[in-house]
Amino acid sequence: MAAQENALNDPIIMCEDLHKWFDDFHVLKGITTSFQKGERAVICGPSGSGKSTFIRTLNRLEEHQRGTIIVDGVELTDDLRNINLIRQEVGMVFQQFNLFPHLTNLQNITLGPIRVRKLTKSEAEEVALSLLERVDIADQAYKYPAEISGGQQQRVAIARALAMEPKIMLFDEPTSALDPEMITEVLDVMRELAHSGMTMLVVTHEMGFAREVADRILFFDEGMIVEEAPPADFFDNPQHERTKLFISQTLQH
Amino acid sequence: MEEQELTQEIKPPANTKGLGRWLKDNLFNTWYNTLLTCLALVFLFFALKGFLTWAFTEAEWDVIPANFRLFMVGSYPQEQIWRVWNAIYILSVLMGLSAGLWGGLVLRFAVALSGVWFISALLPVELSTRGWCLGAIAMIAVSFFLGRGRTSLRPWILGGWILSFPVIMVVLRGFGENGVLTSNWGGLLLTLILAVVGIVVSFPLGVFLALCRQSNLPAIRWVSTTYIETVRGVPLITILFMGNVLIPIFMPGLDINQVLRMMIGITFFSGAYMAENVRGGLQGIPRGQHEAAQAVGLNYVQTTLFIVLPQALRSVIPAIVGQFIALFKDTSLVSIIGLIDLLGVAKSVIANPDWLGLQAEVYLFAAVIYFVFCYAMSYASQDIETDLGVGKH
Repeated sequence: MAAQENALNDPIIMCEDLHKWFDDFHVLKGITTSFQKGERAVICGPSGSGKSTFIRTLNRLEEHQRGTIIVDGVELTDDLRNINLIRQEVGMVFQQFNLFPHLTNLQNITLGPIRVRKLTKSEAEEVALSLLERVDIADQAYKYPAEISGGQQQRVAIARALAMEPKIMLFDEPTSALDPEMITEVLDVMRELAHSGMTMLVVTHEMGFAREVADRILFFDEGMIVEEAPPADFFDNPQHERTKLFISQTLQH
Repeated sequence: MEEQELTQEIKPPANTKGLGRWLKDNLFNTWYNTLLTCLALVFLFFALKGFLTWAFTEAEWDVIPANFRLFMVGSYPQEQIWRVWNAIYILSVLMGLSAGLWGGLVLRFAVALSGVWFISALLPVELSTRGWCLGAIAMIAVSFFLGRGRTSLRPWILGGWILSFPVIMVVLRGFGENGVLTSNWGGLLLTLILAVVGIVVSFPLGVFLALCRQSNLPAIRWVSTTYIETVRGVPLITILFMGNVLIPIFMPGLDINQVLRMMIGITFFSGAYMAENVRGGLQGIPRGQHEAAQAVGLNYVQTTLFIVLPQALRSVIPAIVGQFIALFKDTSLVSIIGLIDLLGVAKSVIANPDWLGLQAEVYLFAAVIYFVFCYAMSYASQDIETDLGVGKH
């Protein structure tokens, strides 16, 4: 690939003219962008702007109807083999955690490694326990998701995604369903992950986190990328009226 | 005295009340409740008085022991009765081993069953029967101690239960002329066989049909929906009659005996209802569960097996067990086709000139047997729900 010529230009995700409709509603109107290996991108914008739909197309939770997505050299098509290949490289964290309520926290994490990566049970548990240690809730391993707090559940969800050893992590509003005092503990884990060099795409309204951690901020409105810039430029010198309005509204709080 | 901490643990107040207080709170707390309580007591007194007087002075219970063998096994020949006992022994060994391995519910059932055998042995029965009964207790006890703590045996025992199914059929039937024709199977034995086959086969059938009805492929969805709606639109007795008449016409070369035809009819019927119960559970699974499973990289089969079905089935245990209980009782319809199941035996005993006019005794006995088995299923389902933490996690 041409991208290999330049270390600074080594995209792990490339999107070209991405379109998506929900029935007649045009959600994504030609998204063209790319993400570098190790890049930390924050995606923000008003609700209904298509930002969640966008990152959900990247691991085929939503199907795009026009354009191309290439993840780590594999094009996302109807081919199930490609979809499964990409899903193993892309971890995802959801707004509602989506932990499996009938499994313990440990089993939530080991399920994928055992069934998909074909690790033995003891190997998978070793990995899972060290990840729980990393997100600072090793003592909750044998409880069920319903028995721990929302912030802890979201950290288990992050550990579950990491257990598949993904190259990319997608976060779909990971703190939006949390009580305020639990947001910090989840953001701390994400900060640590960002410093470890993981490629991260984060849809969030946490502007403090965006300013501190992001390499680039993409601002979505009405299914298009209105503005993309490093946090300093984005917050202090926004170019578009929509962006200015959004920033003034979010920073007031 | 030591200095007490500020936040000393305070125990909740004991919520036990005296009997007098309980009566006052629950039965006599208002004037109309007092009235209702008194009326109910009067009604209970007369109803119970009538029933107990009949049961202890008028009823001729002789009919039960005199026809006990008939109630249990129908016209299963006396000289082949060892086949039934061998089947019971196979189950006893499995039950004992399972009780040792898992404890809990299975252990309680094993103890209850041993109790039944023990009481049977104390009754005035033939010496050989007494021996068989005591043997069954020994089987349960010995295998219980063999199974205790050997958790590595668990998969083997589960396999054993599945395998025991065809093995027991062969043991009961034997081979050719020397065996026992299924037309001689009867009584409680036949009822149990029909019910167990119906339950064990219709459950996976129902799960399969429910998954098909949720399929993305229209053809599969359409076939499944048509099957379910057709079968649910027809009474079971009609299906049994049709099975009796139509299966020989559709498969002329095969000699499918009547018991097998009834098994097929009951299974197909119950499968359709089971499918709708399971579908109810499938619909309760949030979309996020599918998405999370996909995001982890699980494929359709893995998602269904490890994420969707465990949660879906767990939430519909009451409906599924309700269907099992209905199926157990519905097996009595085969007596209309001419098979002599428990209810069939009851009818034939009443028709016997020696025992004329004893409908009440005979039907009451049959009802008690049906109740015991249905209640056992209900009890088991509650226990399983608690074990799986339904509604908690």
